[in-house]
Amino acid sequence: MSETVTVRIQKIKKNTVKGRLIFFLVLAAILLLVTIFAGRIVPYDPYAQDLSKSMMPPSAEHLMGTDRYGRDMFSRVIVGAQVSIFSTLALVGVISVFGTIVGTLCGYYGGAVDSIVMRISDVCLAFPGLVFALAIAALLGGGVGNAVIALAAISWPKYARVARSRTLALKNVPFVLAARLSGCTSLQMILRHILPNILGPILVTAMLDIGTMMMELAGLSFLGLGAQPPTAEWGNMMSGGRSMLQTYPWLVLSPGLAIFNLLGDTVRDYMDPKNSRAR
Amino acid sequence: MKKYAVRRLLQLIPILLAITFLSYGMMRIAGSDVVEQKMENTGETVSQEIVDAAREELGLDKPFFVQYFSWLCNLLRGDMGTSYVSNKPVFSTFVSKLPATLLLTFVSILLTVVISIPLGIWAAVRQNKITDYVIRTASFIGNSLPNFFVSLLLMYLFAIRLGWFPVISKGVSLQSVALPALTLAIAMSSKYLRQVRATVTLLTISIGSLLGGTAIVESIFMWDGVGKMAVDAINMRDYPIIQAYVMWMAIIYVVVNLITDLSYRFLDPRIRLGGIEQ
Repeated sequence: MSETVTVRIQKIKKNTVKGRLIFFLVLAAILLLVTIFAGRIVPYDPYAQDLSKSMMPPSAEHLMGTDRYGRDMFSRVIVGAQVSIFSTLALVGVISVFGTIVGTLCGYYGGAVDSIVMRISDVCLAFPGLVFALAIAALLGGGVGNAVIALAAISWPKYARVARSRTLALKNVPFVLAARLSGCTSLQMILRHILPNILGPILVTAMLDIGTMMMELAGLSFLGLGAQPPTAEWGNMMSGGRSMLQTYPWLVLSPGLAIFNLLGDTVRDYMDPKNSRAR
Repeated sequence: MKKYAVRRLLQLIPILLAITFLSYGMMRIAGSDVVEQKMENTGETVSQEIVDAAREELGLDKPFFVQYFSWLCNLLRGDMGTSYVSNKPVFSTFVSKLPATLLLTFVSILLTVVISIPLGIWAAVRQNKITDYVIRTASFIGNSLPNFFVSLLLMYLFAIRLGWFPVISKGVSLQSVALPALTLAIAMSSKYLRQVRATVTLLTISIGSLLGGTAIVESIFMWDGVGKMAVDAINMRDYPIIQAYVMWMAIIYVVVNLITDLSYRFLDPRIRLGGIEQ
């Protein structure tokens, strides 16, 4: 009796998780589409200044008001998504691919190179995340590209670790041994038998990373180390609106809400594959 | 246990060396050395001979590794050079700002524990009921808010609208630490609530993100700690200060990690020595 109940609950849970996953995937897709076509759908030119209209509160004409140069905030928030989202996706793409390749090779071949690379990743992991990124950004100067490099330098070891430990675990599993006995070359072994089996956890790590990385990029921009003004980017827009907090809180709140809404949904969406996997 | 502790301590040595080497190397790559910087500051144009002489005097003409070792020896004596901007010794500047950051970190960890443990237990007891759902949603939201946004939100609500706390911190006081600590605690608690199981290890991870996160929060609230010092130094290209910040944060982080790891093993007798490593 109790067993059937548990099974039924599990089924319901699985269905709602799947539903939510689809819902948020659709949301993410819409978000991406909006971002891609941001330049065409915004009501105003995000860079056009009109000082006679500066610091206007939200109205029907300007949904989120205007900033100190009279630029339409709504347009800037949407266009700002381009920088934030695409640089994040590029960043996560690069580190996950690089980390996976390094980790798989290390796990597969082992030896001196493996120990050296793992010690390097130890050192990278020894620095608290943003501290190291701050240092690299300080070294390279501002700019989105440099902020991406700074974050990439500190975050690839995570993927290398996951890929390496998975590869080590897989190396002695019977089907991999069988493949080796049947005469597969190392390249075939890695591409056909190991890589497909480690992609799951890598993908989950990457999905979870998107939200974190987006926030850290925005954080660097907020400190003036990422995207430089006048580029519309959420972090530097919030930083620009910061000094007007007292009188014009919407300058801070509107880009922030966009981050919270869009990001929150995406993060939650990407959390779900892990949940359904665990169940 | 003893053997394990000794092994971990020995493993610490190469990592510490690498940290110092990396922080030294990075700031050397950053370009200008002390001599150029000093000349720039005085605004004089000097001949190459004088620059060379000054370099020789400071040992900057020697090979990189020799320079690194003499820097390391100075470091062990607590001498990290002087700030390009204030001309004060870097080490004492850093030490004077550290307590403020430690206080901020400590208060936010305390707040995190006070917020997340009762809420976590409450959500678990009421699993799949409305309470659980609300707490889980709140933790998702807290997790997706960047901490600079939370800072500004709290500042607007509690400092400007309600006027309970100062907008800009006035020295190291309990009233000033409240908002920055709450900012950090909100992000932290959301993480805790999501993964309540491995609390001890989470504490370590959170100290890491706290150390980095303080940089942003400190500079928003004008909290006079090492994080704000680092951000100011980055804007001024004050490399010795940045170097000190990066290096000491990494050292503190590694040491805290080690202590947590050891205490974890000490507290949990089931974990056999080295049994959990790959």
